[in-house]
Amino acid sequence: MKIRYFSWIRETIGKAEESLVKPKEINTVHELLEFLSKTSDGHTAALKERVFIKVAVNQVHADHKSLVADGDEIAIFPPVTGG
Amino acid sequence: MASISVQSKDFNIGKEIALLKGADNEVGAIVTFTGTVRDVGGTLETMTLEHYPGMTEKELERIAVIAEDRWPLRGCRVIHRYGTLKPGDNIVLVITQSAHREAAFKAAEFLMDFLKSNAPFWKKESRADSEKWVESKQSDTASLEKWKNE
Repeated sequence: MKIRYFSWIRETIGKAEESLVKPKEINTVHELLEFLSKTSDGHTAALKERVFIKVAVNQVHADHKSLVADGDEIAIFPPVTGG
Repeated sequence: MASISVQSKDFNIGKEIALLKGADNEVGAIVTFTGTVRDVGGTLETMTLEHYPGMTEKELERIAVIAEDRWPLRGCRVIHRYGTLKPGDNIVLVITQSAHREAAFKAAEFLMDFLKSNAPFWKKESRADSEKWVESKQSDTASLEKWKNE
């Protein structure tokens, strides 16, 4: 799967995207966030406040209970501030 | 069918209105909303808008389809800029047109409320001594609620 980061989450993690072979035990966005948050200090810091973390699965807004599959594009970002 | 653009370059409001209306004389009401870079206190140097190419266009189209289903529009145009902008610069343009004003007014407000809470854009403000990502407002989420009861 492809993971994309935006805004201060991207800056805190230090990269805009990364590829991941989906571990078998990860089936939801929540489980993916748990997994990613342990992969570096930057990830831990960026993903700490779960309540502020928004996600999109394949470019459609999703929530933390949404299912994820290998091949998905998962975007992780703070609440949007356009307009 | 709404016309959506996500672009770095500026837009010309008058030209966009003329293009949307064309020769459709059944249009009797045109509403525009323009969002610009605000600088309270004169300290803002630039505002940079990041977005999620691909999803941004899809979200704007999805929102426009909802508006078109809900009100009898005869045209709908949304332009949102990204990149580094200066105080006073245009950020976003929404134009709605209809036979009568009520649909055009309501659809324009609806589009902006939904765009602010759903379109994947993030603003960063740069000042002489600091950079700061703009935080989302609770009032923007609250703005969505009123459309459930309309």
